[in-house]
This record gives sequence, structure tokens and C-alpha cells, in this order.
Amino acid sequence: MLLLGLAGDARAYHGFLRELAAHLRAFVRKRLARMPDEVEDIVQESLIAVHNQRHTYDPGQPLTPWLHAIARYKLVDCLRRLGDAPLGGDALDEASQLLQAADPHAGEARRDIARLLELLPERQRLPIVLMKLEGRSVVETARLTGMSESAVKAGVHRGLKALAAKLRRSR
Amino acid sequence: MRTEDLVRMLAAGDAPASVGGAGARYALALGWGAFAATLVMALTLGVRPDLAEAARLPMFWAKLAWPAALAAAALLAALRLSRPGRRLARVPVALGLIVLAMWGLAGISLARAELPEWPALVLGSTWRSCPLLIAALAMPLLAGALWAMKGLAPTRLALAGGAAGLLAGAGGALVYALHCPELAAPFLGVWYLAGMAIPAALGALAGPALLRW
Repeated sequence: MLLLGLAGDARAYHGFLRELAAHLRAFVRKRLARMPDEVEDIVQESLIAVHNQRHTYDPGQPLTPWLHAIARYKLVDCLRRLGDAPLGGDALDEASQLLQAADPHAGEARRDIARLLELLPERQRLPIVLMKLEGRSVVETARLTGMSESAVKAGVHRGLKALAAKLRRSR
Repeated sequence: MRTEDLVRMLAAGDAPASVGGAGARYALALGWGAFAATLVMALTLGVRPDLAEAARLPMFWAKLAWPAALAAAALLAALRLSRPGRRLARVPVALGLIVLAMWGLAGISLARAELPEWPALVLGSTWRSCPLLIAALAMPLLAGALWAMKGLAPTRLALAGGAAGLLAGAGGALVYALHCPELAAPFLGVWYLAGMAIPAALGALAGPALLRW
């Protein structure tokens, strides 16, 4: 269908792009379970890239590696751009949102978070798990952990900051 | 924007895309680059005056064939790296074998010579200027190769830039060989290679910034 599209058959090309969008969504989602918000952006970027670079497809070669290489390139590009954002309040919000966004999903995202959290020291990990993942209050968290309320708050703050830094580096 | 709308927009008003423009683009870029490099060499350095005599020596032809072979392998690498999803496969091995071939020749010529002759074989009389002149002659080719690549879609930018640089360096060495008076294999294996490595390194450094899309 791509070949027909390349030859100028608009309807075949439309069908190809629609199927491609679904395929790319699955491809990107599998690799970006941590950031469901970015998936559609990258899908769109990749679609545009496939369209703009369609002259670089060699009809003698298999199509899938070509598509995947483009999608992977756009994926890395997007992650790099996100990684360049200054680490400040935004990044903290992002890390915090990430924890919330991860909550409803039981699958990969949750496992990623768990793996990241394991890297944090106890004093930061426990408050984050209790407050951000289980939704408890500062007072409850302080009681459960035996830490003071200010220590709980500091732990959450420092832990999120460390998580944001780790995410940045892992990109 | 919704993805569905984007798809409709992209599909609408789509002109047929030209397939297979890569080769033409490279031919154009490298043709002009080689022309510019040759012109600069002829005007500023001059072709070696004893070219006709030198052309009778087998080593002179080896000196031309070697960068030509490297250029061919680097061109193959550059073409593959210009398209998403193409693998390099054995191209790096080929490049390595070509370099090893010259080092093999260099080893033989050193083994045949006495130790006091070694510095003359390795350093020749122009080792100081040779790599820099090769790199300078490679510049128009580097610009051309990067331009050709920019119109395509490399996904590994540093590697792609490096391949473009190596291609330019090998082309520059090929042009420079018409001027250069040296014929010793050890000299070629060291200083020509150094001259080609300079644009390759430049290409690899510039690739990520210049080749993005």
C-alpha cells in the first residue's frame, strides 16, 4: 500500500497511514509505558517523519525495519528533548505526576516505578510509597514510619527530586 | 491535533514521491566535491611534475587504488546509514580489511629494509604537511557528503557523519595522491590514514548537530 501511495494513489496511502498509526502506537507504547502522555505525540511525529522521508524507502528492502528505525529515532529524539528540560519545579511535578499516572496501570509502568523506587534510600522510599502511591496523609505516614512529619515531607521532596534526576539520566 | 486528522491531512494532496533519489544526490554532491578538491589541488599544490614517470611504478597505482577502495567502502556505509533501518552488515569489516592490507604492505616493506632506513620509510619528507593537506582537500567533499546525507534520513547521526567524513577523507587522499611525492607503504599507512581520520572525526562530531531531522 505504501508503494501505491508513493505512486500517488491517495486512498491507498490513507489506508496505509491509518494502519501505520495503529502499528506505531503499539510500538511506542511498548517502549514508553512510563509516559502514556507522550505516546500519541511520538506517533504523530513518526507519521509526519514517515511521510516526509518516504523517498528514503528502498522498495527492494523490507518495510518494517525502515518504519521501526524512523519510529525509534523519533522516540529517542522526543526523550532527549524532554530530558533537556531544566530540572526544577516542573521536573518534580513530572515525577509526581508520573507516580499518579502510573497508579491505575497495574502492568509495566508500575514495575518501572517499583524498580526506580528501589534505588532510593528507605527514608525517601517509604514516604513516597505511602503518600504518593497509597494516598495516605502526612500524619498517617509519619505515624506508620515513625518519622517526624517534617522528615516525611523532606523525604518525599528529596525522593522525587532524586527520581526525576534518575529519569533524566536513564533517557 | 487528533491522529486521525493528521493521517487525513498527510494523505490528501500527496504528490508521487520520487524513489531512489539517493544515488543521484550523492553523485551530484561528490562530483562537485571532487571537482572542487581537484581544482584546489591543481591550483595551489600542483600535480607532481613526474606524474608520467611515477605512473609506471606499481606502487603509484596501489597508492591510488587504496584510497579509492576505502572511498568505495565508505560510500557504501554512507548510503546505508542514510536510510532508516538499513544495516551496515559487513561494511566495517571491509573497511578494516582495506586498512590492514596497506599495513600488511607496510610491514613487508619495513621487514625488507634495514633498521636505519625505517624513519625515512615512515616519515618520508612530507609527513608534517600530508595529513593536514589531505584533510583540507577533503573539506569540499565533506560538505557535499553531509549535504547529500541531510536530504535523506540517517538515524545514527554520529556514525553517519563519520562515514561521510571517511568518504570525504578517502576522496581527499585520492586527489592528494596526484600531488604527493611519497610512495612508501609505511608512510601511506600512517599519514594518509591520519589525513582521512581528521575529516572522519569532524563528520562524527558534526553529524549529531547537522544531520538531525
